[in-house]
Amino acid sequence: MAHAQILKDSHIDFLGKRRIAAIVSGALMVICLLSILLRGFNFGLDFTGGTVIELGYEQPVEVSEITATLAEEGIVDATVQYFGSNRDILIRIAPQEGEAASATISDRVFRVLSADVEGGLELRRVEFVGPQVGEELREQGGLAVLFALIGILVYVALRFEWRFAVGAVAALMHDVLFTIGMFSLFYIPFDLTVLAAVLAVIGYSLNDTIVIFDRIRENFRKMRKGTVIEISNRSVNQTLSRTIITSGTTLLVLLALYVLGGEAIAGFSLALIIGVLVGTYSTIYIATAAAVWLGISRADLLPPEKEGTLVDDRP
Amino acid sequence: MNQYPLWKNLLILAVILFGLVLALPNLFPQDPAIEVQASEGEVDSATRAEIAATMENAGVPVKAIEKREGGKALIRFESPDAQLRGQATLDRTLEEGYQHALTQSPDLPGWVEALGLQPMFLGLDLRGGIHVLIDVDMDAAVTQALERLTGDVRTLLRNERIRYLTVGHEDGRLEVRFRDASVRDEAAKLIRREFRDLDITTGSQGGDAYLYGSLPPAKQEEIKRFALEQNITTLRNRVNALGVAEPIIQRQGERRIIVQLPGAQDPARLKDLLGATATLEYRLVDTEHAVQDALDGRVPVGAALYYERNGQPILLKRRVIVTGDQITSAAAGFDQQSGSPMVSVSLDGQGARQMRRVTTENVGKPMAVVFIESRTVTRLVDGEPVKERVRSEEVISVANILEPFGRRFQTTGLDSSEEAHNLALLLRAGALAAPIEIVEERTIGPSLGQDNIDQGMRSVLIGLALVVLFMALYYRVFGLVADLVLIVNLVLIVAVLSLLQATLTMPGIAGIVLTVGMAVDANVLIFERIREEIRNGSTPQASIHAGYDKALSTIVDANVTTLIAAIVLFSFGTGPVKGFAVTLFIGILTSMFTAILGSRALINLIYGGRRVKRLAI
Repeated sequence: MAHAQILKDSHIDFLGKRRIAAIVSGALMVICLLSILLRGFNFGLDFTGGTVIELGYEQPVEVSEITATLAEEGIVDATVQYFGSNRDILIRIAPQEGEAASATISDRVFRVLSADVEGGLELRRVEFVGPQVGEELREQGGLAVLFALIGILVYVALRFEWRFAVGAVAALMHDVLFTIGMFSLFYIPFDLTVLAAVLAVIGYSLNDTIVIFDRIRENFRKMRKGTVIEISNRSVNQTLSRTIITSGTTLLVLLALYVLGGEAIAGFSLALIIGVLVGTYSTIYIATAAAVWLGISRADLLPPEKEGTLVDDRP
Repeated sequence: MNQYPLWKNLLILAVILFGLVLALPNLFPQDPAIEVQASEGEVDSATRAEIAATMENAGVPVKAIEKREGGKALIRFESPDAQLRGQATLDRTLEEGYQHALTQSPDLPGWVEALGLQPMFLGLDLRGGIHVLIDVDMDAAVTQALERLTGDVRTLLRNERIRYLTVGHEDGRLEVRFRDASVRDEAAKLIRREFRDLDITTGSQGGDAYLYGSLPPAKQEEIKRFALEQNITTLRNRVNALGVAEPIIQRQGERRIIVQLPGAQDPARLKDLLGATATLEYRLVDTEHAVQDALDGRVPVGAALYYERNGQPILLKRRVIVTGDQITSAAAGFDQQSGSPMVSVSLDGQGARQMRRVTTENVGKPMAVVFIESRTVTRLVDGEPVKERVRSEEVISVANILEPFGRRFQTTGLDSSEEAHNLALLLRAGALAAPIEIVEERTIGPSLGQDNIDQGMRSVLIGLALVVLFMALYYRVFGLVADLVLIVNLVLIVAVLSLLQATLTMPGIAGIVLTVGMAVDANVLIFERIREEIRNGSTPQASIHAGYDKALSTIVDANVTTLIAAIVLFSFGTGPVKGFAVTLFIGILTSMFTAILGSRALINLIYGGRRVKRLAI
């Protein structure tokens, strides 16, 4: 009886297209880098500092009225916008010279607006990040990505071989650059949760890479014949249905999270969706291709090391 | 073939049962509740009965009133609406000396509570509340210590009749100027003996002899550490006085303090109280000189120019009779004659003696009360953050001394009863040892918190349903096994989170969702391997065995690398990001257990130890 199957024993020549892939990736990387350098990021409050206030009115309100009320009080640099409906208001105040850099501005805004309102006014959310904290978070974020990459480089180098480690890290940097590049290119708000997602992308993309590397190593030991390219191709094909299924299930839940999870984690889900897609691609075309290009060979992976710190119980 | 020994099956079963029990408290709904505590002693059964009667009179339906640990009482309500009405009723009726705070409490059956089980600890983004991050200005603490030492050295030299030209401090060190070196050396010997903490050096410049004293680095560290600890204590006192259930006040890093108040809803009041360093000073009014002279820039010696609340200038004597440090207790109330808000103050022994002496000598003369407030703010100057201290000193009352007084007296002149309350609270809680500044605030209203929980739960359930459906269709019996262990995995994540009482945040829920997606990966790897083995012509039993065997090292490798990412996230992340790292970390560990051992045990039970012609995979 046949079982449901996405792919029947595929024989796709992935690595034969590695030059085209390298050109496409290279071009994408250049675009992302240029965008990051020239356009920069739409950094969220976490990184820039400043104040965000979310208010819920009982009655519909006009944005212009709120802006006017705030201006009367001398708060002129506030951006006021609807947030969902015309009763939900989001006010952003960028950090600036003077009092707005302090934690009390939100209190003033709320006091001024509640004095002016007919019907009820609910303070839903206030986020204030001081300028020095924003700077620290930016620094820590960069360091976190760096340390994650180093940690992974070391682990893969120990478990496999340095060429694999370089291939894996090249793929990871490709994924990270692409993901944040998209956030820069489309100017999507970049906050702390997006940074967390980028780190999760590192973990995820690597997951994929390891699975294929594992298979390449196994095949080198098992298959006596075949060139490096043939064996690598074979390995990618053997793991292909797993790659697609796992990416698929992960994308399923991420889509659920993106659609249903609400504003607070929309950026997070989006970053992961981009990351999972590019991570799947990079595993095949960057990680494996880079390892091949660096000259992995059968000799590097023999004699077989002693395997299995976790020993399965055999009856 | 493919049979686990009994002990292994039992072990897996035990872990799952244990997980189920630990996760159980999360199934019970949270009651809206109010916690009542007494400033001193406990809320006894009489008070509880009184509260019950009050609520009944006010027509507020109460579910239960329970005795709680630490002499507190907990009033449970049927609905959030009743809870708010209950709060209003308590505001009106509860006597002085009791505090009450809104909270939520799971309605656990007795036996669950007896086991000490608790539901997951929800972060502020899920339950609503106020989070502030406070920066302590440690350098200011050292400067203050140096200032005190400077004063002490001056007093010492004066008392010992050693003639000096100037005493001051500059660039973090004490500096005393003498006319000649022999006097300086004598002073140096004396200061070395009296102030062992100071490193003393000498020098000369422009014909004068100098003595320098600096605080050694170790001593500076000690001062900083003490300032941070003292500030935490003071902030804790202040927060406790606010009456919030389960406040969190803890140190973060070298110089930061986190304050989290679940369920609190008035960030303005909290920030005022945390950041303020309000205190009082009592001084005599200088009646011998004209105010106009001072306004023209000729402030008389021994006097200082102040302003009253209405903007009226007034000259006060420089010497302070009593400072806020000497106040041992303070309570807000109303003046019996005028009905205006006041604070009644008690002084310590030394303060009381000074007050009695000065008031005895100055009967009939006016005395002023100065209200001093200071806060630190960071301003951006040319794009660079610069710390600034803003200090305001106002004369809040001036009154003639009718008769001598000492330990206890009243101070009036406050704007409102709220100001009186806040001042009394600040005086009671003690002063801050170093100036603080709020550098981050996150306030989440209760309705938004509930929205977040609902949205999070919905996305977990729908994501889970989609994955479960796919796996069952694609891998059939094996898919159902994967589904079952996936659900067990969720239960185990909830169990571990409940056990550790790790904070569950919105990104934490995202971490759980992500784990659901990734947890099936291990099973996909195994199942694809089994299919491959079958294609290669192995028997079903051998295929199962080889599938699990060969996939193992891949699964471990793949998960360890994600663990590395989670650990890095945890050590670098703050607040919400940490929540994500925690659930990701826990999720990876539990999913490895369920996907490898759990699914194997089930597959073994279904197929193991018998002849199987075909696998439903």
